[in-house]
Amino acid sequence: MAGALGFNNVGMTFPDGTKALGGVSFDINLGEFVTVVGPSGCGKSTLLRIASNLETETEGKCEIDRNSIGYVFQDATLLPWRNVRKNIEIIAELHGIEKSQRTKLAQDAIDLVGLTGFEDKYPRQLSGGMRMRASLARSLVMKPRVFLFDEPFGALDEITRERLNDELLRLFQIEGFAGLFITHSIAEAVYMSTKVLVMSARPGQIVGSFDIPFSYPRAHSLRYEPKFAEICGEVSLALRGALV
Amino acid sequence: MNASNSIKVTNTIDQSVPPSLRVDDAPRETSERNLISDFAGPIVVFAIFIGVWYLLSTKLLPPQKRFLLPTPHRVVQEGFLTWSVGEQRGLKPILRSLWDSIKIAVIGLFITILIGTTLATLMATRRWMERATWPYLVALQSAPILAMTPLIRALIDGIMLQRILVVVLIAFFPIVNNTLFGLLSVDKSQHELFTLHGASKLTRLRKLQFPAAMPNIFVGLRISAGLSVIGAVVGDFYFRQGGVVGIGAQIDIYRGRLWGAELIAAIILASVFGLVVFILFGLLSKVAIGKWHTTTRGR
Repeated sequence: MAGALGFNNVGMTFPDGTKALGGVSFDINLGEFVTVVGPSGCGKSTLLRIASNLETETEGKCEIDRNSIGYVFQDATLLPWRNVRKNIEIIAELHGIEKSQRTKLAQDAIDLVGLTGFEDKYPRQLSGGMRMRASLARSLVMKPRVFLFDEPFGALDEITRERLNDELLRLFQIEGFAGLFITHSIAEAVYMSTKVLVMSARPGQIVGSFDIPFSYPRAHSLRYEPKFAEICGEVSLALRGALV
Repeated sequence: MNASNSIKVTNTIDQSVPPSLRVDDAPRETSERNLISDFAGPIVVFAIFIGVWYLLSTKLLPPQKRFLLPTPHRVVQEGFLTWSVGEQRGLKPILRSLWDSIKIAVIGLFITILIGTTLATLMATRRWMERATWPYLVALQSAPILAMTPLIRALIDGIMLQRILVVVLIAFFPIVNNTLFGLLSVDKSQHELFTLHGASKLTRLRKLQFPAAMPNIFVGLRISAGLSVIGAVVGDFYFRQGGVVGIGAQIDIYRGRLWGAELIAAIILASVFGLVVFILFGLLSKVAIGKWHTTTRGR
């Protein structure tokens, strides 16, 4: 395996004949954050579902350490009957980690995402942004080497979204995982990533790849620099090309 | 506030201002408004009810039929304030027979819950079980159970068991239906979360499906509890012997002897029993899931 996550000519045809992906190849190493942008329904999410083994590819091969995956869903998918602490413990619980240790792991994750003091709140008492933080913390508990993000901030307002972008980048720097991020937002993609991949409409193929030259930590003001705008423009152009 | 209209609210993401603000404010606001409608409403309806009753028993009914509906004060006097006259009259025999029915209803309900949730769990985890039993459950729900009393008598010995069986048959469907619905309507991505981390079927059931189904289970419980009271009272009409009589049988005796006041007193107490059961399960549901489930608020 070249990196922490490798797609090797991966294709996916669903049983109903829909061809979602065709010949997708790329690698992600630890310490790399790759974002995929593409039109709706181009198979971006299918990519994540294959990586996490929720679906099995019909062609090619996806190589990944299956025991060390963090998956962040589009919505927070917290369990409403558990408070924040218990929600964050759930994955450790499913992996059979004993009570005292998982309480400690959960507390570390809670502190890391800035939910300290909200441990006993229930999901319905939290704002959308806080729920997403809890969802991030939940995945962080097991310290995954590969982190998959399925448009996690798509439902949040702009300010919350940008703040969570920074939070996530901070976590990325601390943990040094390999990140695969899906989004609709070009600016978000460029801001977050070491590399942006552009996917074409169905069947999804990688039609553009952009290395992002900015170093971490990235400041919020980066979004207003000419170079940033220039790269966004290039990605946007590639995306338009992908739509035709 | 439309949250209280939908059962699945808890799964939607609210993007607006922190719901914690509303959660803190909402109960205060509603409790003030409800203070009037909570008490004034029922009192007004009660007054109208009593008024119509007096009108019926003193004016509207022809004099020779007025014994069927004694005035409210006579019902209170003879049914509630008279402790015991002979074997059958007064509050004592009514309470004794009511207690007898309560036992039957509670035992029947307990068995219903036990068998009902077990069956629903099997149906939720094994599709062939669902396919195999569902049509018959629906049929059972609409079957005239009371028409089967001769069969029940022939098959089962002992009046207690016969009455309990009637309760179970009548109360069975809602608990199965609601539990099954709850177990099967778990959010897809929550299921996937469990799949990703290799949860076994049992773990999934214990940590995901059952907790998620609790609001539905409590709805089913409440309906089944109400039906168990009906089952017990109605079953009494058909199954009785010697000294063992439930409130239904007692009501039937009063009906046969044209003892209007006792008859109505007994009917009122049987209804109060149903009401108490309803409130009890409402409270139980509030205690069990009120912390995280919004729709139980205010009940």
